[in-house]
Amino acid sequence: MIEPFQERIREAAASRTPLRLRGGGSKDFYGNEPRGEVLDTRGYAGIVSYEPTELVVTARCGTPLPDLEEILGKENQFLPFEPPHFGPGATLGGCIAAGLAGPRRAAAGAVRDFVLGAKLIDGRGRVLQFGGAVMKNVAGYDVSRLLAGSLGTLGLIAEVSLKVLPRPPSERTLRLEAGEGDALATMNRWAGQPLPVSASAWHEGRLFVRLSGAEPAVHAAAHRIGGEAGQASLWSELKEQAHPFFAGAEPLWRVSLPSTAAPLQLPGRQLIEWGGALRWLKSDASSAAVREAAVRGGGHATLFRATDKSAGAFTPLDPVNARLHKALKAAFDPAGILNPGRLYADF
Amino acid sequence: MGSRLPVVNALRGFLPARAVLHEEEDTRPYECDGLTAYRQLPMVVALPETEEQVQQILKTCFSLKIPVVPRGAGTGLSGGALPPGDGVLLSMAKFMRAVRVDPAARVAVVQPGVRNAAISELAAPHGLYYAPDPSSQIACTIGGNVAENSGGVHCLKYGLTLHNVLGVRGFTVEGEPIALGGEALDSPGYDLLALAIGSEGMLMVMTEVTVKLLPKAQSARVIMASFADVEKAGDAVAKIIAAGIIPAGLEMMDKPATRAVEEFVGAGYDLEAAAILLCESDGSAEEVEDEIARMKAVLEGAGATRMTVSRDEAERLRFWSGRKAAFPAVGRISPDYYCMDGTIPRKRLGEVLNFIAALEKKYGLRCPNVFHAGDGNLHPLILFDANDAGELDRTERFAAEVLEKCVAVGGTITGEHGVGVEKINQMCVQFRPDELELFRAVKHAFDPAGLLNPGKAVPTLARCAEYGRMHVHGGKLPHADLPRF
Repeated sequence: MIEPFQERIREAAASRTPLRLRGGGSKDFYGNEPRGEVLDTRGYAGIVSYEPTELVVTARCGTPLPDLEEILGKENQFLPFEPPHFGPGATLGGCIAAGLAGPRRAAAGAVRDFVLGAKLIDGRGRVLQFGGAVMKNVAGYDVSRLLAGSLGTLGLIAEVSLKVLPRPPSERTLRLEAGEGDALATMNRWAGQPLPVSASAWHEGRLFVRLSGAEPAVHAAAHRIGGEAGQASLWSELKEQAHPFFAGAEPLWRVSLPSTAAPLQLPGRQLIEWGGALRWLKSDASSAAVREAAVRGGGHATLFRATDKSAGAFTPLDPVNARLHKALKAAFDPAGILNPGRLYADF
Repeated sequence: MGSRLPVVNALRGFLPARAVLHEEEDTRPYECDGLTAYRQLPMVVALPETEEQVQQILKTCFSLKIPVVPRGAGTGLSGGALPPGDGVLLSMAKFMRAVRVDPAARVAVVQPGVRNAAISELAAPHGLYYAPDPSSQIACTIGGNVAENSGGVHCLKYGLTLHNVLGVRGFTVEGEPIALGGEALDSPGYDLLALAIGSEGMLMVMTEVTVKLLPKAQSARVIMASFADVEKAGDAVAKIIAAGIIPAGLEMMDKPATRAVEEFVGAGYDLEAAAILLCESDGSAEEVEDEIARMKAVLEGAGATRMTVSRDEAERLRFWSGRKAAFPAVGRISPDYYCMDGTIPRKRLGEVLNFIAALEKKYGLRCPNVFHAGDGNLHPLILFDANDAGELDRTERFAAEVLEKCVAVGGTITGEHGVGVEKINQMCVQFRPDELELFRAVKHAFDPAGLLNPGKAVPTLARCAEYGRMHVHGGKLPHADLPRF
């Protein structure tokens, strides 16, 4: 039942009480510090509909992500954006609200690329339905995709319809030796060729690549790429940040750059994913230095995990974008009660 | 119109005389886009050549409080570029420059007036291409593609415009520079790029688009499969997906459509089949061979009565030429045709096609069907004669019933052509008042004065109320009772 959520949001709007929309809390660390009374979304769970031959699943926000993945797996299908869970409690609602994708991002697409529709409870407690459960739909503004990565600041994502795909029949991981510059050049060269690369990563002189697809294609590509056989478990270690790189007390930066951007000249350790487009940085460098380097490289830097996020988790917006963000926030949540400050301090 | 002269004079303050059109003989070519049933002479047409000129036009119109309607190649099928009778039609036709192609990063930065097909031509020497391929790709421009979130025949595997555009740059209605997205895979804050794509030119004016280029597959082959009835062909599509195959292209045409096309292009289609499917596989030679064999087995099991696999590239292109020429081919067998664009869950295909067949009898009009079967996106083409007022009226009622049926079975009134002015009444069927109100609030966030492409895509509540009454008077159910997805 979503009426209790509606009621709670209406009351909070009337009394201007900030609400902290929360599923399993697996991504509490992400973004700026959560504020407000907890509104637990886990009670609204379950699959609404799943038609494997339509390639569409619709599920409620509280659905545990592992359960959803298991149900898709039984039909030999999966979420192509390979979302990180960051803990056993991860829910579908949190996955969409955080908008984080895993190792397959560069090859398959982002969370928003697979969002087809959403049922939203806005800041006035209204239940609104956008998009749908079909592949192509351009009726009205694409509000359901806007919700991916909005961190619950535009409304409570009550249900979401996602495009799913068949699991690739065959996968293989390869390992090569390469310095950072060579690795970046190689990953970009692969991406420009018709190879079934589904993930790539570089760390400390080693370049890893995952090939996914029909067996003949994977076999032919592996032959062409060469290298040694690698561990397939690497990809889930990277996705869940269980890889040793992510250990240690220094702040973790997520630097998103054009894949061909030159190696970052910053102190600290680095791990590269997404064919060069995602650079993880463990560094004590000042946030100004990291953000400046990211902007100079054509991208942006997120303070992903840190005890001190006073610099703001996300790269500040330019004035026009900032004005549009605030105007949209006011359109969805006029009382400003939904996850205030989680994305940017001023809304 | 009284206020024309001050606008012309203001624009001529910074634009050359040839870039500001206001005489009827000059503005007449802009009176409609690809949806010719709706026409309106623009008060003024502006043809800027530089970003600075676009910015000044917007600033000028904003200060004069007059509407601006951006236009690309004018191939749109929903009237999204229908001009304002009291404002400026902003033609982006002169923005035809490819700013740069970066083969290493697999991106192209182009101006909005660059044709869709031209991007792939620019990328071809590097073994790359731009994936979305609407049937109008030789004429339509990337600016219009972004505005409408255009699709094509390879969307199921390669995505829509949304999935293949990395960033846009341009101006707000007030003439402030704005950049959304970029060459990185994401940007901070809300995904305003996702919101801008498919916004029908109502949120901003684009002056530059960054698109993703993909490596061209080594090989591609297509199966042409015949079926004795359309429902079997629909089931075959579901069976291919169930076998874990995502074909590069998956299209269906019914018999009236193949007959019209065959006469026009001689694609070699089976004219006895009730429906044909075109199923394409692409990838490495080994992969294609493997996938074609698996698809053939599925199609055979699903009751295909005949199958032909393209032997070479020329034959593959010939098989596709018929599908891509479907609209002009139909244009040859009828004085006019009206193209619809609903999307439905694929499993409801048989039901919807039977519904359309019943409407053909009810309205006394023929309606061949072409169908992006993989995506569930239907393009029924109603044949009519616009010189017969009765036929035009019957066509519009026919189309409205089809679109409302699409909503009733859990689909949408438009898959890739946009709402524009054409389907604005059906927006009242698909969305409830609260949802339409939120759309207006989104529009207001970008364009508080409502000057950018006003009156398109999102109906006012008053309009919906009027449309609802019309339906009640017509003896039909009020839209509020329709099942919703």
